[in-house]
Amino acid sequence: MTLNVGIVMLVHTALHRAEQVARHWAGAGCPVVVHIDRNVPKDVSARFREALGSDPLIRFSRQHKCEWGRWGIVAATQDAAEMMLAEFPDVRHVYLSSGSCLPLRPVAELAAYLADRPQTDFIESATTADVPWTVGGLDAERFTLRFPFSWKRQRFLFDRFVELQRGLGIKRRLPNGIVPHMGSQWWCLTRQTLSAILGDPERRTYDRFFKRVWIPDESYFQTLARQYGVTVESRSLTLSKFDFQGKPHIFYDDHLQLLRRSDCFVARKIWPRADRLYSAFLSGASGTAQQAEPNPGKIDRIFARAVERRTRGRAGLYMHSRFPNYGWENGQTAEKYSVFQGFADLFSDFEPWLARTTGAQVHGHLFAPDRAHFAGGHPVIQGALSDSAGLRDRNPLAFLTNLTWNMRGERQCFQFGPADTQKIVPHFGTDPNAQVSIISGAWAVPLFKSNANFADLRTTAARYQQIESKMLAELRKPHVKARVRVWSMAEFIEAPMEPLQTIIDEIGQTTGRRLTEAPKMEDLTGFGQFLQNLKNQGMHPYLMGDFPIDPSPTNTRRKPRKPYLVR
Amino acid sequence: MRAWQSYRLRLQRRRWRIRAFRKRRELKAAADRTSVISRGDVLVFSTLRNERRRLPHFLKYYREMGVNHFLIVDNGSVDGSSDYLARQPDVSVWRTDKSYKRSRFGVDWLNWLAMKYGHGHWCLTVDPDEYFLFPFCDTRPIQALTDWLDASSIKSFSAMLLDMYPKGRIDAQPFEEGMNPLDIASWFDAGNYTISKNKRFGNLWIQGGARARVFFPDQPAKAPALNKIPLVKWDRRYAYASSTHMLLPRGLNLVYDEWGGEKASGVLLHTKFLDTFHEKAVEELDRKQHYSASVEYRAYADSLSQNPDMWCKWSEKYINWRQLEILGLMSKGNWA
Repeated sequence: MTLNVGIVMLVHTALHRAEQVARHWAGAGCPVVVHIDRNVPKDVSARFREALGSDPLIRFSRQHKCEWGRWGIVAATQDAAEMMLAEFPDVRHVYLSSGSCLPLRPVAELAAYLADRPQTDFIESATTADVPWTVGGLDAERFTLRFPFSWKRQRFLFDRFVELQRGLGIKRRLPNGIVPHMGSQWWCLTRQTLSAILGDPERRTYDRFFKRVWIPDESYFQTLARQYGVTVESRSLTLSKFDFQGKPHIFYDDHLQLLRRSDCFVARKIWPRADRLYSAFLSGASGTAQQAEPNPGKIDRIFARAVERRTRGRAGLYMHSRFPNYGWENGQTAEKYSVFQGFADLFSDFEPWLARTTGAQVHGHLFAPDRAHFAGGHPVIQGALSDSAGLRDRNPLAFLTNLTWNMRGERQCFQFGPADTQKIVPHFGTDPNAQVSIISGAWAVPLFKSNANFADLRTTAARYQQIESKMLAELRKPHVKARVRVWSMAEFIEAPMEPLQTIIDEIGQTTGRRLTEAPKMEDLTGFGQFLQNLKNQGMHPYLMGDFPIDPSPTNTRRKPRKPYLVR
Repeated sequence: MRAWQSYRLRLQRRRWRIRAFRKRRELKAAADRTSVISRGDVLVFSTLRNERRRLPHFLKYYREMGVNHFLIVDNGSVDGSSDYLARQPDVSVWRTDKSYKRSRFGVDWLNWLAMKYGHGHWCLTVDPDEYFLFPFCDTRPIQALTDWLDASSIKSFSAMLLDMYPKGRIDAQPFEEGMNPLDIASWFDAGNYTISKNKRFGNLWIQGGARARVFFPDQPAKAPALNKIPLVKWDRRYAYASSTHMLLPRGLNLVYDEWGGEKASGVLLHTKFLDTFHEKAVEELDRKQHYSASVEYRAYADSLSQNPDMWCKWSEKYINWRQLEILGLMSKGNWA
């Protein structure tokens, strides 16, 4: 007594595994028709036939040369299916599988499942317009162009011939108005549908057409099943995942639990040396859930993640197998970060204040000429990133990307200024993750407070002003993607709380609370006079905006020094 | 790339291959078992000098990984390395006392052996202090990787050199024969690597890690290169250029994705920093057989005499390859 399901098996490599699987099917009462690729060496296929020949349930169909993407595979399938229908009258469903497929559930469960659905064809089949799987840009053109050349062996001719046909605008007509469908080549069809396809009076027309279609094994049965199928269930019973190049993912020993829990009937493709998988699934140990629906969700997710990793990668990661060209990073840095220029000059306790209000990691001047001033003054931080100026300046961008990558999940804030090494500035500009806030001209405050020789101060001030104006120009270029905010110092101290509130809100670690505490502003009494002195010396400080000489504008605004509520 | 440049690289490759061919005379077979190599075997190529203590674990590690045969050049060991190797059933050894430097740091010798025995095989070129890790290496043998690479038409596989070091003084724990060096040198730097592109050969140039941090903070440009392409489906027309950092034809150097994705890649755990290191550094300084007038060893010798603790508060302790993958030091790519 044979089961209601017959297995057509296309075999071309790892024949010892195919043999094991064929025995497993036949042992459970399934008729098996094996097609051996004609490319398999004669002695190998002879040995294989001999090993299986004694089994009454195993037959061998006429051999064809099978090459990926060409007609041979379909021809082999047709012959094998015809043989199956002719020789095993009990068979109600024909299941197409390959030598690297592995049944995951007891054969009886598959038979029962199909017996419950006697009219259903399981074949993934979708119109070309609706599928995203096609790789290489050929989808509808698979049917409208001719493909006489092999993609594997004659790639040059293949490509040129496609171009030629596109150039000439040649299109084939689809016979009898069929609507091309595509899908996984591993199907399970009812005797009714399959015999209708194989016995169609128009079959020669269709065969002639599909012989010149590219990858017909993904479209021949998929298209024709739509003509005859009573109930077409557009999914494959074979668990088979494809990567971004359209090549099947392979299962290994460590997928054992995943495969077990998937409740799929058959999986492909199995690595031929996955001994544990073969011994576990072919040993005949019974499944747990008798009538469970196949549930490949978890495996789907794992393989979808793999494709995502291969095509998009992890944002902000630079490594030896991911080094994106400029503009292709999917995030130049791993995390948003904030750059503050002039704030620490204007407010004496800016860093601790910022750390308190935002809870972010607040560094000093990371790009200071002597060393990177990490938060807390540590010589090394996460990822063993060193504060050495030499290492940092060797590749400032890598320093920044390393910092954000090592600290991902935590907002980074740091100070910047005209005294720092400026090579990194253009990178701030192009990075959407950067939030750059600048109080222009605030660098004059420490100069004003310092006790240095005025002639030196004047030179330093001139230099800083030049550097800062260059930086501002850089950050105002049209391609800048960073969030850049610039206030002149005069403008800023008019109403410091508003800009501070905006910046803090954007950092977004506080939940929309108003600032209750302001940082302590330096005493600016006499600052206007200091600027005037610079002017008198022939230097023109303009970045800080207009400060009246006297009375100092800060004399009237003491308020920011005290904690207060802005309402 | 312009045709002229391409032509020049072709000439360069040819020069290296001729060089390798001429250097074959320097190698004397101490044990030649290459006849047991069969189709599809994965081969390990290595050059060494006085590494007797490391060898048992080295061989064990790669045998367990599924490597079928070892082809090793012994450059004048006096500690019995080559006798030990000659006794192993799956090792072929060649001896030479000729200059390491003049064979371009062993590259010519290995290019020759690979040309002769590696054609059509997956060849893994590693030093005895390098431990190769690839995704899923704890559950899958190396043939799983090479089969997958074959199926994906990938011919070369990248692995960054990751410097491992002990906590405390380098010489605090003695390294005995047969020990796993990773039990002592189990720490590494996770996130301080810098990358730039080598336009001519198309490979990446990676620097950083513990060596740059400890020994080269003041001359970072001289810090050693960490990019390596140790696993290659060899063809006799290929040639390694300098160590396994890069090779020709240059398409083999394109082991990284430029459009945002991640290609699959591994790591070479570099267990150089054991108690044996100090004497080695002194000896190598004396022999002057290393790269760029042994600038590296000079830097070591200076720093090592002062404070040989490479460990810092943010060093990571090695657990497994998954940890390295999360840290972004290697990637599964689309292998799952």
